Amino acid sequence: MSKTFANDKTFAEKALARASGNSSVVAGQIVDARPDVILSHDNTAAIWKIFRALGVARVKNPERLAITLDHAVPAPTTAHAQNHADVREFVDAMGITNFFEVGRGICHQVLSEEALILPGQTILGADSHTPHYGWLGAFGAGIGRSEVAALWATGELWLRVPESIKITVNGKLDDWVTSKDLCLKIIGDLGADGGLYYSVEFHGNAISQMSLESRMVIPNMMAEFGAKNAYLMPDDAVFDYLARRRTTDDGRRPTTESEIENQKSKIENDALFPDPDATYAAQYTFDASTLEPMIACPHTVDNVKPLSQVRGTKIQQAFLGTCTNGRLEDLAVAAEIVRGRKVAKGTRLLVIPASSQVLHDALRHGYIETLADAGAVIGVPGCGPCMGNHMGIPAPNEVTISTANRNFRGRMGTRDAEIYLASPAVVAASALAGVIADPRDLGKNY
Amino acid sequence: MILTGNVWKYGDDVNTDVIFPGKYTYTVTDPAEQAKHALEDLDPTFARNVQRGDMIVGGKNWGNGSSREQAVGALKHAGITAIIAKSIARIYFRNSVNNGLLPIVCPDAVDAIENGETITLDLDAHQIYARAGVFDFPPLSPSLVHIIQAGGLIPMLRKKFGAENLPMPEVKSGD
Repeated sequence: MSKTFANDKTFAEKALARASGNSSVVAGQIVDARPDVILSHDNTAAIWKIFRALGVARVKNPERLAITLDHAVPAPTTAHAQNHADVREFVDAMGITNFFEVGRGICHQVLSEEALILPGQTILGADSHTPHYGWLGAFGAGIGRSEVAALWATGELWLRVPESIKITVNGKLDDWVTSKDLCLKIIGDLGADGGLYYSVEFHGNAISQMSLESRMVIPNMMAEFGAKNAYLMPDDAVFDYLARRRTTDDGRRPTTESEIENQKSKIENDALFPDPDATYAAQYTFDASTLEPMIACPHTVDNVKPLSQVRGTKIQQAFLGTCTNGRLEDLAVAAEIVRGRKVAKGTRLLVIPASSQVLHDALRHGYIETLADAGAVIGVPGCGPCMGNHMGIPAPNEVTISTANRNFRGRMGTRDAEIYLASPAVVAASALAGVIADPRDLGKNY
Repeated sequence: MILTGNVWKYGDDVNTDVIFPGKYTYTVTDPAEQAKHALEDLDPTFARNVQRGDMIVGGKNWGNGSSREQAVGALKHAGITAIIAKSIARIYFRNSVNNGLLPIVCPDAVDAIENGETITLDLDAHQIYARAGVFDFPPLSPSLVHIIQAGGLIPMLRKKFGAENLPMPEVKSGD
């Protein structure tokens, strides 16, 4: 007797069935997916060049495009400025409404704040950290520029439905231990290719105890695990966050509680959850309560050591920012650590909020003032020096400790610099000490 | 499709930043210039000495990191025809197909092939002929072979949209 309703689908199988208009798909199947949102950033002008060679006059479904200027903002050179000008020309020519100017922030933070992508939807982006949107229960995957040009022309793209792995995290993180440390632990233990090609599903009670901002770190970091996408189960906190920010059909944010509740129930209804009997290629379990602060050492993200083993390493620069850890709670913990103290002589502390909203909120809470008083340099919301464009490039033989997601050789501009990756608290403590330092040694409460 | 060429052999986890540094992504857009920077942070001798038709043999997780298509384009413009690796990062794999660069996963061949040797790759027979022997690799799916044989995703779509005769003056593959 066959089951009428199979109860054995992963999140990826459900999401890509929906995106491809099929009632059911299985891992390994190749589908033509129609993403709800197509993301590009400073690379939009280069994609437009490819698009023009296709002989298609108009972008199909321009309302599905989302474009930010974030990778090199404000423009550091004339060439970058011309690139931005070309992007604006495209936006005007095609009538793109979801366009976010220089200073609004990093794409993944901005699209989250604007609630442009919802649980159960699919987003494809010309950015490798597009798995980010797993924090809210969406299917997000990075693709190449040619593929974005193809999507603009046709609205669809082939995707292979990935096999899934299940990572269960139980227990509560200790004080000063963050979701960043959890991710570094996972990548360090299982390798930078440990999730290669997989959809990585997170289960267990540790995730739902985290703030939304802490959750956002996890799927973002799973790009460094090789994952195609990552998924956290959306809950009431996620639905509420999105309902308050999602623009209503008449083009404004909801104001009354009944409007918010109305949006919230719609969003919740479309959420997707994996079945209890779903098939997984591998399953791993981590105990959050036993974790300690972790550091990714040069020059790979899986070269991970406990903080205790690298304490005392001399640094010249500490960078707090990026789509991984440039949010309000990250600035808050850094401000708490540096309050009333000064950045060590011979060390720079660079703080770049992930978005204008984060900057605004951090100003209102006094975090920016506290950080600046300690000697921090405050940058314009955007990607900053993360991939070596500008605003904090290290000199050869200098060492940076960073809250970013990548520490590849040459990443920040020179192959002769070293990059250590850590949580915001460790980066802030290190800025004060001038060496890699443990925030727990400062005698402050979290 | 049969390809013969000399091998440049590298290790595990060669990422997109050492294949094509991020600092160049918005400034170095000319294909010939991109080729000059290929692999510069891993092997500064590569760009000077690479010959048209050469192939790269890499370890696991080749091309991990950024989605930047220049990391494929720079190698293709430098003359590389195929990447043979133990595993290939997923966006890099897609970008390779879409730019007509063969991504081949064949761990046994990677272990056996030595730097500098001449190998032959037969796509139809899905075999690699090397000094140490003949190695089978899993065939690519027909839809992917179709894209590669069309020269990549964009040439394929140009055909589909009847735009083959449109000039491509501004298009730089991998830009």
